[in-house]
This record gives sequence, structure tokens and C-alpha cells, in this order.
Amino acid sequence: MVWHADAKLPKSDLVVLPGGFSYGDYLRCGSIASKSRIMKEVTAHSKKGGLVMGVCNGFQVLVESQLLPGVLIRNINLKFICKNITVKVTNNKTNFTSKTSRNSVLEIPIAHNEGNYFASKDLIDELEDNNQIVLQYCDAAGNITEQCNPNGSIKNIAGIVNKKGNVFGLMPHPERASDELLGGMDGSLIFKSLK
Amino acid sequence: MKLQVIVTLKKDVLDPQGSAIKSSLSNMGFKNIESLRQGKTFEIIVKEKDEKVALSKAKDMCEKLLANLTIEDYSVKAIKEWKPASLFFLALIVIAMSKSPLKNLA
Repeated sequence: MVWHADAKLPKSDLVVLPGGFSYGDYLRCGSIASKSRIMKEVTAHSKKGGLVMGVCNGFQVLVESQLLPGVLIRNINLKFICKNITVKVTNNKTNFTSKTSRNSVLEIPIAHNEGNYFASKDLIDELEDNNQIVLQYCDAAGNITEQCNPNGSIKNIAGIVNKKGNVFGLMPHPERASDELLGGMDGSLIFKSLK
Repeated sequence: MKLQVIVTLKKDVLDPQGSAIKSSLSNMGFKNIESLRQGKTFEIIVKEKDEKVALSKAKDMCEKLLANLTIEDYSVKAIKEWKPASLFFLALIVIAMSKSPLKNLA
């Protein structure tokens, strides 16, 4: 565990930015945490090709740090959403999804107020061209529809990687679906994929 | 120097909060609202006398933290405040000028 005010990141195979509501989501979610001291080290780690994964608020911190493109804005229905949803693995060729099958459906919980992924049309085209969209909200059969989009995200985006593929951000919480006691194991595939 | 920073959502970004406020105002009887967008203002007092320098610092603050340029625009301006002392001297000058023989030259 590394504290936000720490100046040094110990040698790490993977840096995980967990969920939470850093700084009470003041200003914009993730914005103040993205300027914390340790983030310089996290950025340096990612620039060297080190793996970084941000879950929920961690994803928001990664977009505010510009380690991932786009931004996460308020859910379209203005509600905090806490429920199990299903996501489709659109890209299983990443460091984070290699143990999943392409187009498989994972059931993982979400719990957020600002999960509405937004980016300009050009950027969305770029994400698609580079296969950077990794997870998309879908129904149980894997259809990506407006009805199963919980928060208004463009293209039902639930998780993306950067161009290099070493930084991954996702709104669903795979760690909350990594044990049968928690009600499901689908999230564990993300952790098993890590090399 | 006092600065005012206004951060607003870019035109093409959905503003569900603004829409909710707009519909609430309509329900309260405020009709004919064409559009309502929510934004943020910041009042910043800096130890800086040069307005140009102060404004450029504020712009830097906007670009680095106060606004997310992917979805937001910002504007900055300096707020001029008249302090009682300066008002007193201004009044003195006006009185002096009105009594001055030069006033007819104007």
C-alpha cells in the first residue's frame, strides 16, 4: 500500500488505483487526487511501460492524470448506481483480459455517480481504430444496447486501455466479483490475466 | 488582486444537472427558459499587482486543475474593487476639479 503523499513508488509489477471518493470528489471526481505527489511516480512507471489499473475512482484519477483519454462525467440519470451489471469483453488481447474470451460476458458490480464516459467523436474513432475499448455494458446475452447502458457512456464504454495497452481503467469493480462468497468469480479473470 | 474564474461545460457536452434544474424551474412557473447550463465560479485573491501577470497565472491554474479541457471552457477576469480610501481620494479630486479655474477649459 502506497500513501498519496509518498514520493517514491516501490518496485512494482502493477500499480492499482482503487475505487473510493478521493477528496470527496471535490472540483471534479479524481481531479485533486490526480495531482497528488505519488501520481508523478505512477506516471513515470506507466511511461516506462509498467502496468497500471484504475478501478472506479481510480479510473477517474487516470483520465484526470491524462494517462487515459476522455473523461468521466455525471451519470445521465443523476443517480448513484450500485448494482450488478454485465459487460462484454470487446478486446481480450490486453494484459488485463487475456484470460477471458473475446465477446464473453462478465457479471461485475458497479457503484458510482460519475461513470458516464465522454470523449470527442474523433477520440472515440481513435479508440475504436486502436482497439482501446475493452469492456462495454451489455445485456446478459452480450447485446450492446441503450437499455443496458447504466450511466450514459458513449458506446456503452465501461473500460478502456491506453494506446500502449499498459494502462487500464474500468468503472466496474472486478475485485468485488473475485470470490464465490462475494456472489461471483467473473472479476477474478481480470486478475488472472495479469502476467 | 481579486480574480474571477468561470468554468462552463463545452456546448456539445450533455449537462444532466442543468437539465434537471431547468425542468425544476419550469415546474415552479419560470416559463420560457430556452436553455440552462450549470457551471462553476472561483474567486481567487492573488498577491500580485500586475493584472496581466495575475490573469496569466489564473489561466495556468485553469489549464492545470480548475477546468478539464476535454469537457470544459473557462474564462478569467480581474475584479476591480473600490476601497473606501480610494473612493475618498476620487471624491477629493472631483471636488478639486470642480473648484479649479481650469474646469472651463474642458
